Amino acid sequence: MTALADTELETETEELTVREAIRQAMREELRRDEDVFLIGEDIGVFGGVLEVTGDLYEEFGSERIKDTPISEAGFMGAATGAAATGTRPVVELMFSDFAGVAMEQIMNQMAKMRYMFGGKAEMPVTVRTTEGGGMGAASQHSGTIHSWIAHFPGLHAVAPGTPAAAKGLTKAAIRSNDPVFVFENKMIYEQKGQVPTDEDFTIPLGEAAVEREGEDVTVVATQRLVGESLQTAEGMADDVDVEVIDPRSLYPLDTETIVESVRKTGRLIVADESPLSYGTHAEIVARVQEEAFFSLDAPIQRVGTPDTHMPFSPPLEQEVLPTGEDVRNAIGRVT
Amino acid sequence: MADYDLQSEAGRHDALRRMVTIRAFDEEAGDRFADGEIPGFVHLYIGEEAVGVGTCAALDPDDYIASTHRGHGHCIAKGLDPKYMMAELYGKADGYCNGKGGSMHIADVDEGMLGANGIVGAGPPMATGAALSIDYQDRDQVAVGFLGDGAVAQGQVHEAVNIAATWDLPAIFVIENNHYGEGTPVEDQHNVDTLSDTAQAYDIPGVTVDGMDVTAVEEAVAKARERARAGDGPSIVEAETYRYRGHYEGDEEPYRDDAEIERWQERDPIESFKDRLIDRGELTEDEFDDLQAEVEAEIDAAVEFALDADDPTPEQAYEDMFAEMPPEIDRFATAARTDGGESGGDRR
Repeated sequence: MTALADTELETETEELTVREAIRQAMREELRRDEDVFLIGEDIGVFGGVLEVTGDLYEEFGSERIKDTPISEAGFMGAATGAAATGTRPVVELMFSDFAGVAMEQIMNQMAKMRYMFGGKAEMPVTVRTTEGGGMGAASQHSGTIHSWIAHFPGLHAVAPGTPAAAKGLTKAAIRSNDPVFVFENKMIYEQKGQVPTDEDFTIPLGEAAVEREGEDVTVVATQRLVGESLQTAEGMADDVDVEVIDPRSLYPLDTETIVESVRKTGRLIVADESPLSYGTHAEIVARVQEEAFFSLDAPIQRVGTPDTHMPFSPPLEQEVLPTGEDVRNAIGRVT
Repeated sequence: MADYDLQSEAGRHDALRRMVTIRAFDEEAGDRFADGEIPGFVHLYIGEEAVGVGTCAALDPDDYIASTHRGHGHCIAKGLDPKYMMAELYGKADGYCNGKGGSMHIADVDEGMLGANGIVGAGPPMATGAALSIDYQDRDQVAVGFLGDGAVAQGQVHEAVNIAATWDLPAIFVIENNHYGEGTPVEDQHNVDTLSDTAQAYDIPGVTVDGMDVTAVEEAVAKARERARAGDGPSIVEAETYRYRGHYEGDEEPYRDDAEIERWQERDPIESFKDRLIDRGELTEDEFDDLQAEVEAEIDAAVEFALDADDPTPEQAYEDMFAEMPPEIDRFATAARTDGGESGGDRR
């Protein structure tokens, strides 16, 4: 196939929600590769508690869409063992908070096997999970834990903010021969956008997207905050020219694209729903100061959850959830 | 067929040799650890040889095993080469894991050995996963998850057995009951008297056999394997055995006395199997002496190999993290070095 044909294929798009895009990614990969199967709680007939697997059961049946007992450690461990022995499991961990139950399997087995065995173990496993507050699900169903996973050596972490990123990253995760966690913010499942229809469309891990070009300030935003930052940028367009970057992949992280932008704008806001201390924000800030310290014209600003758990009551939840307004305030502080 | 079994005279000889090899390997490893040549810590299998060998005698070469922190015996029973095992204990580049794993993580996935494991109770989920791959791809194999008596108290073991039982996966869970979870007696850790009784909770077969008798273990695992291959699901086999050494080398063992150890040694798995083969006219004392001498020479050669092997190069510390390496590792490895590398930072 010629490069031109590739380009043409990639430009053919359709409108999908984030939820539909992820489901379509799984459908295409299940059709493409017989070694791929899905495993998790209530993902079959039930269609997933947030309806992401939806009707996949109808096409692929219980052999390939496996409903598990409520055993996060058990099925995370089974997926790890299966990935090491010739299959490609795609795990749905219903809420990212439940990673606590399965953390031994994630950190001591899945993440370490290849390294501990001197490279003699394959680990082609994908873990999809939902994150984020905003639906009154309270502290044990609203966490944003991707910094733990991105921090842990041996694991990849991606966190899409658009339908196209959701599809491309999910497909790349399933095709990867390494463990990849896909963090889906539950408040953007209904968000719509154009998605390439090419069945070989993937987004390589470690490639950020410049979602909006601007000259004055760089906003690196993830998940729900990508869309909200774009709205904020439009709203402020008369006063300040904002560049919005979705890193899409947290580990590996496309440092170059972010640094290049900061060299141009001299100002950086990092907006991510995770708690502010010791996490995603800090990592991005550290890399930017290493590579673009002398390009900075103002202190870097962080927008995130102020080190609380997610409270239940809607007014409390709205208080701590980072939003586009917080991004606006952060921009205001440095411009 | 297995590359050794207990049905033929040659197979019985092979099984005896493997048990002797395990003991010689671990005695040597204990000595070399005491001498300070082997880093880290080691958990020896001495006394439990009949469990690993009896189990693997019932398996085919391409069946899987997932091991424990006390894994040397499982490795040798499965057919791994003591030479590369010893090199791994010494942390050498020629070890099974290129020196990255050590005693607690020896693995050879291609040979069906899914790794010794430093986490108590982590083997059964691995075995359930391997059994899931086997079942999903309709392969004619089984997966064994070894666990100690202490691991029976771990939550992930329950989850793994329950999933395997619910899905009729071709798994076998072999409990090596050596009567101590680290330094705590088995009766102080569980409310049941017989650990295989836990099988009732999953509606699967559970048997307890004499783990000092290699044929008793082999028979029980063979039966479990038959059931697994027929698609009827997993079984639990508990083998009652005893570790002659401490939980780890250096353990002062305040929790037991010499008389107890001696009582178990009277039923030594190697001596008793050797005596049976002599009684059957399949072995003479002289032949056994020759076998021991051959094994000792093999272990000496393994130590020589390990001592002569190269250390891993510093660069190897950065390899094998991923199938496809992200730029981060090289970036940080370089930046951490004295010259700061290419990513030493922004320049004014």
